[in-house]
Amino acid sequence: MEIPYTVQVRRDTGLTNGKIGIWLFLASEVMLFGALFASYILIRTGAPSWPRGDTILDVPLATFNTIVLISSSVTMVMAWASLMRRRFGTFRIYMGATILLGLVFLVVKYFEYSHHLHLGEFPSTNNFLAIYYTLTGLHMFHVFGGMVVNAYFWGPGAKLWKTNPVWFTNRVEHSGLFWHFVDLVWIFLFPTLYLL
Amino acid sequence: MTSDHAATSMTSDHAVDIDRHVRVYITVFVVLMVLTIVTVAVSRFHLPVPIAVSVALIVATIKGSLVACYFMHLISEKKLIYAVLALTVVFFAALMALPIFTVSDGYWIHE
Repeated sequence: MEIPYTVQVRRDTGLTNGKIGIWLFLASEVMLFGALFASYILIRTGAPSWPRGDTILDVPLATFNTIVLISSSVTMVMAWASLMRRRFGTFRIYMGATILLGLVFLVVKYFEYSHHLHLGEFPSTNNFLAIYYTLTGLHMFHVFGGMVVNAYFWGPGAKLWKTNPVWFTNRVEHSGLFWHFVDLVWIFLFPTLYLL
Repeated sequence: MTSDHAATSMTSDHAVDIDRHVRVYITVFVVLMVLTIVTVAVSRFHLPVPIAVSVALIVATIKGSLVACYFMHLISEKKLIYAVLALTVVFFAALMALPIFTVSDGYWIHE
């Protein structure tokens, strides 16, 4: 059975099903991260003392990761723009760059985590580290998930371009929306955990 | 530029439109980089916590808005998406208000 409204927009919503679907999913993601941010506020305000993030965490490394993730958002949107210009080769370059930047982010995070773990700083050590590992860990899973989807569109999923380029372009746009959301979450996580 | 436009044929006007968008993406990227540096630089001043939190959240909100408006194309979306997000904002605000009310309540108890 053919999936309806993947290319043509619905008359009632003015949107494709994929577009409304990804936005509803992102709305649920806002609530997921929102619940954790609310927990962070509650734990921090209820604590007798709270350490500044930069006394425990590596700010230069996190700043580098912020630059990496913002850059990956640009390459992602450029990948989509390349498809809109019917330049598939350029799309592959930008999408490949997005995946690589995501990988760089995860590698940096691995070094950051392993440094803390070697110092004996575990989630159970204190509330600051508990919320740090929870928020950044969940965010890392999202980065990984986004990379898997992007890698699919870079590789095997790209064959759709030959048979239905508009549908493929729409799918890349939806994947991009998720990727930008992951970037957006980090934009708030970075100052909240590392700088305040 | 939304996906709805993807269904249209690639005219020269369309290509020009995309070129214009690409220039916007690059401008937004530069602004995001500058704001990232500003965020880190301000934190070096070791301002009092309420001021530091306010500045950090204001800058983060500006950065987040730029990402949402331009990279996620929210600046030119359909009404239904705005309606979904408006509802999300209401519930998100309620979620953030809960711990704030709890803290206020705690202060009253201590007094």
